[in-house]
Amino acid sequence: MSFTAGTVALIDNGGANVASVVHALDRLGVNAERTASPERIAAADRVILPGVGAAADAMARLQASGLDRLIPTLTQPVLGICLGMQLLFSGSDEGNVACLALMHGQAKRFPSGALPVPHMGWNELRLRQPHALLEGLKDGDYAYFVHSYALPVSADTLATTDYSGEFTAVAARGNFHGAQFHPERSASVGSLLLANFLRLPAGSR
Amino acid sequence: MKGVQFRDHEVVGDILDLAARYAAEGADELVFYDITASPEGRGVDRRWISRIGRLLDIPFCVAGGIRSVAEAEAVLAAGAEKVSVNSPAIANPGLVDELAHRFGSQCVVVGIDSQTREGRYEVYQFTGDPTKTRSTARSTLDWVSEVQARGAGEIVLNCMASDGVRRGYDIAQLQAVRAVCGVPLIASGGAGAPEHFAAVFREANVDGALAASVFHKGLIRIPDLKRQLLADGIAIRPPEGDAA
Repeated sequence: MSFTAGTVALIDNGGANVASVVHALDRLGVNAERTASPERIAAADRVILPGVGAAADAMARLQASGLDRLIPTLTQPVLGICLGMQLLFSGSDEGNVACLALMHGQAKRFPSGALPVPHMGWNELRLRQPHALLEGLKDGDYAYFVHSYALPVSADTLATTDYSGEFTAVAARGNFHGAQFHPERSASVGSLLLANFLRLPAGSR
Repeated sequence: MKGVQFRDHEVVGDILDLAARYAAEGADELVFYDITASPEGRGVDRRWISRIGRLLDIPFCVAGGIRSVAEAEAVLAAGAEKVSVNSPAIANPGLVDELAHRFGSQCVVVGIDSQTREGRYEVYQFTGDPTKTRSTARSTLDWVSEVQARGAGEIVLNCMASDGVRRGYDIAQLQAVRAVCGVPLIASGGAGAPEHFAAVFREANVDGALAASVFHKGLIRIPDLKRQLLADGIAIRPPEGDAA
């Protein structure tokens, strides 16, 4: 597989899944640069914000490096993964923190006492809006989720899944995109989503 | 490596080849046990983890000899999604809190080796080496509750009496643990036939079923198993390549 993906910056924000994302891009033939440098991120053709951990800690790290101010100014395609997607939304109940507000919605914890939390496992996608990011994906395709907080369905929702109710699995607004699941660990379905992201038009930069 | 009731371990093949084969066949997650790590008092050799991480496009967990945040960090940085702690958590329960605080509960699996002793389920330790295996005199149900309170995000319950003998999972024990387990629960020990998997999902309401010997020996093929489970009405990801 080959891409004219240009340069891909992978924001190293201390999350534990950065290596997994590097490996997944590598399998697609893309050599991403792991970086926390605002200059390197601003200069990249595409930006990925991975994230595993707690929302408040992750926002604090973005603020410490000034990335909370940089990310909203980016005009190239941006993809947030898991917590990285949640950081692109208005805020999270996890640590009651305001996030980057590039998409609208508040991440809420799964109800306790119903299904096990964290939600860890493979769930079926329901495609809600056509989008280039979902090209080739089908209703009922399984993706791998690991999280305790989730975004409600909104106008930015492209795909959903069900776990104690329906929530946002894939979202986009303008050049900002997000996947609540882990495309880097979702077998061929995840690889397809990453490849679609790498093929998105690079924008007006 | 695999074991039969924790004895007579044998090398079953190159782990990279096996890992690639299982992922291609539709395994949902792989767990790599370095079963000799804890009794021998050493950590895991991490070079193979990076190679696995590059290869696999499904989640994987590494277990064995992870005794500190730094050791866990190295394993996660090499590409693993989760670390699983067993004996080191028994020796130092605070390790579970530290790992959950640093990496989040979703990265922290607690493996528990358990069997009936004197009328209750008890946690066993150092099960990788038959000469060192011993009961901790801890109640399994109490330990399951404690590690959750400390931040464990998943429990793998290995029922030792059924492990490797392929007569089915220990449904009664798994049901008892399910009743006190609010995080994902993975059944381990006893898988011998496709109906054992169906039974443990239906009757013990587990989130996953782990097996080793039936796959390593080729007694059950993962695509066949998954097709059978789907036909039995169990919600599971179809084998790669089958229509969703």
